Amino acid sequence: MTVINATTIDQVVSALREYPQARLVQGGTDVMVEVNLNRARVHDVISLRRVNELRRWHVDEESGTVRIGAGVPYAEMERAPLCLHVPALGEAARTVGAPQIRATGSLGGNLGTCSPAGDGLPVLSALDAVVHLRSADDARDVVVHDFMLGVKQNAKRADEVIVAITVPLLVGFQGYAKVGMRNAMVISAASACLVHDADNGNVRLAFGAVAPTIVRARAAEAWLAERVSLRNSLTLDGAIAREFGQLAAKECAPIDDHRSTADYRRHAVAVLAERLLLRAAEQQGRDE
Amino acid sequence: MSNEFYQLSVNGVAHEVRDAWAGESLLYVLRERLGLPGTKGACEQGECGSCTVLMDGEAVCACLVMAATAVEAEITTVEGLSSDGEPTDVQQAFVDAGGVQCGFCTPGLVVAVHHLLERTANPSELQIKEAISGNICRCTGYGRIFAAVKQARDNRLAM
Repeated sequence: MTVINATTIDQVVSALREYPQARLVQGGTDVMVEVNLNRARVHDVISLRRVNELRRWHVDEESGTVRIGAGVPYAEMERAPLCLHVPALGEAARTVGAPQIRATGSLGGNLGTCSPAGDGLPVLSALDAVVHLRSADDARDVVVHDFMLGVKQNAKRADEVIVAITVPLLVGFQGYAKVGMRNAMVISAASACLVHDADNGNVRLAFGAVAPTIVRARAAEAWLAERVSLRNSLTLDGAIAREFGQLAAKECAPIDDHRSTADYRRHAVAVLAERLLLRAAEQQGRDE
Repeated sequence: MSNEFYQLSVNGVAHEVRDAWAGESLLYVLRERLGLPGTKGACEQGECGSCTVLMDGEAVCACLVMAATAVEAEITTVEGLSSDGEPTDVQQAFVDAGGVQCGFCTPGLVVAVHHLLERTANPSELQIKEAISGNICRCTGYGRIFAAVKQARDNRLAM
């Protein structure tokens, strides 16, 4: 039984080579719930808490992207300046657990656990984020859609660590909304992220907690693009928004569980998608 | 690091933790190994906030911190908020405002409120609610807790 408190990514990947079964732990807010409730026994642990490289983020003006270290806590994403660069991520971060969870929870942990209810994940999906992975042998980039495979399943190899996530800097509305039993401290029963990429003329919509992993509502996105001009504008009536939500809800595959029912989730995502699209149109109207 | 033993710095004192299992939470180690029972444990899943401690100045749930990874962090528990054994201003405000009933949630709330007032000298009602949204109290209905936080805030501002 070994606990390695790494301080560099190089130390992490060489420790992974030595202890291929080791559990990677960033904040611990997912792992420790499993451990405390006797759902998991940990043996070897590699802690990422003290790896400063994972706690940094920076804007690359040239490529128009933000690279966010896998260990940057939600508390930092919900605050300026980061929330001004990626507003949907700021909104999603603000809904994660309580301040105590947001102080240590991270996108690396969200992706590593890969729960369908992970609050950061619909945002990464709607933004077509890229996940950066490192091992002792190589580094590779995986588009988030290829990274998230199913309920708590992802494309990360046992010898890899998630080091960062890159998302684009976009012009246009971005929003996140979720439904749960109450306002604070709640795991999503259903969630949605909508992004209006005004420069490229598209609207992207992703849902959480309504399928084994995050769903992109690509059919609804295409339907909207055929009916509404999205390049540097977004003018629509309520009927279009409503139909958009209802079409998008058909792309989900929700289940009944202890947090909600499939029927309610289908209803909820339709409402969330409609609301987010109306908010996007409102903001575009204000900006013009 | 092999974890035959590791060091934790709690309330300014270095402690050696020996023969511990890697999965032990900071909450467990504080209470059962280091004799600091002020931090309470209830849900063990980050829902209730009764185990709130400061780790490098951030309020965190001790039940969700793997203790063996908290080496080289400065941990402050409710026992460490006052250096002279007297109640802190926040604790006194909880007493004065009647913000304590059964008292189980109080240590976590007191730590969370200290964290809030250190960051935000003049928090609004909404900021207070947000700051203690992760601390559950089943007795008071929160009214007197909000009153206690406002009293502590106003006393500090008047100083």
